[in-house]
Amino acid sequence: MIKYTEDHEWVKVEGNSAVVGITVHAQDALGDVVFVDLPEVGKTLAQKDVAGVVESVKAAADVYMPVSGEIIEVNEALRADPSLANSDPLGAGWFFKVKLSDAAQLDALLDETAYTTLTKNA
Amino acid sequence: MAHADENLLHTPLYDLHLSLGARMVPFAGYAMPVQYPAGLMAEHHHTRTAASLFDVSHMGQLRLVGASAAAAFETLMPVDVQDLAVGKQRYGLLLNEAGGILDDLMLVNRGDDLFIIVNGACKANDIAHIQARIGSRCQVIPMPERALLALQGPQAVTALQRLCPGVEKLVFMSGGRFHIHHSAQDIDCFITRSGYTGEDGFEISVHEMQAEALARLLLAQPEVKPAGLGARNSLRLEAGLCLYGNDIDTGTTPIEAGLNWAIQKVRRTGGDRAGGFPGAAQVLAQLDNPANLARKRVGLVGLERVPVREHVELQDASGRRVGEVCSGLLSPTLDQPVAMAYVASQCAAVGTRLNAIVRGKPVPMEVTAMPFVPTRYYRG
Repeated sequence: MIKYTEDHEWVKVEGNSAVVGITVHAQDALGDVVFVDLPEVGKTLAQKDVAGVVESVKAAADVYMPVSGEIIEVNEALRADPSLANSDPLGAGWFFKVKLSDAAQLDALLDETAYTTLTKNA
Repeated sequence: MAHADENLLHTPLYDLHLSLGARMVPFAGYAMPVQYPAGLMAEHHHTRTAASLFDVSHMGQLRLVGASAAAAFETLMPVDVQDLAVGKQRYGLLLNEAGGILDDLMLVNRGDDLFIIVNGACKANDIAHIQARIGSRCQVIPMPERALLALQGPQAVTALQRLCPGVEKLVFMSGGRFHIHHSAQDIDCFITRSGYTGEDGFEISVHEMQAEALARLLLAQPEVKPAGLGARNSLRLEAGLCLYGNDIDTGTTPIEAGLNWAIQKVRRTGGDRAGGFPGAAQVLAQLDNPANLARKRVGLVGLERVPVREHVELQDASGRRVGEVCSGLLSPTLDQPVAMAYVASQCAAVGTRLNAIVRGKPVPMEVTAMPFVPTRYYRG
């Protein structure tokens, strides 16, 4: 199951954890990504907390926690090659994995149809 | 995402930008291309290796006409205008009574007039200021009917001379009138060999009715691709060139900004036409007593690969605030953070280590000489 936030993160749920990244729309709006700041593994963050930063040459944007939980893994390959966020935002360009502390939060996130509508009206 | 707004002005190349797939953003009251589908990085690298076409028609063009135009214009700037030879171009600064910078500009002595290019966001105020101050001594003629195209990069000359033989004879900071003949077209241009990227290149002033034809001709050259304002900004920062509104403004003097080179000897203390410009007392006092200068504009390179952006605080090793970044980004050419900043004078020496406070964390940087990337102007 993939869900989206209004802040342009995607969340792919895998059992009691989830993978998080930024959307195709987000990376397109930012342009060439040159830097990412990823959260510390082991840190517990609440939904909507700033979890990281993604920067292109021209802009910087915060990456928010789509759901509350503990950071259990970050994408070191992305840190080494931030352009993965452009070339494969939904795959190799993932940001971090979070252990869900409140799976019910997922219900309030956007599904693909709702997110597509959001980006078309933006 | 912000889209082009109905209230924004359009340059004569607006439709061309859309047809090329540009992402348009508001800039200086205009809808301007920030990047094309190739993206900022590709456009930046293409400019450094081949040639890029930039639409900078939002900038203000005007001319001053009359026997006293040069003498009159000198009263507004700490610059030698009267001795500028015909065909030569010079950088200038309009100052306020405190020595703060109202705008920076380029001027050319064309023999029959002084041709001036100012920043788009400042042009209305500049024209009003010039008109109010010296309008009785010369004619101040805005040129809103002119578009401005910049062709920049090491292959710019190859591309442009194919269309405009003779243009290759211009040297850096000079200009002249040219005719470009192509099929049924005869396009009159005023071309200078200058720009805002640190590369060899040209700026071409052309009537708005002929701007799109000229842009299409230039884009048809194999060396040339379009580039947007995003690449223009990263290129100018690598070249160590100030952006008005970021790096210089009414709160900075030319001396704080390190633009001493723009003040020719004849206008300095002891010169034949020393002073006589707004803020002269403050500016010349700073120039004559550099020890009294509280802060200076410097270049910084990051020692870690973390971009450092404008308004980031700078601290010395003891954690004391010593300055602030005015422009900064990850240099596409160096793949390293570069920035300009105003810092306390005692921290301005090349090699000084400072910490930029990015998201609460110190990022080490070092004061360095500018340009960050060597410039490649054609001086003949």
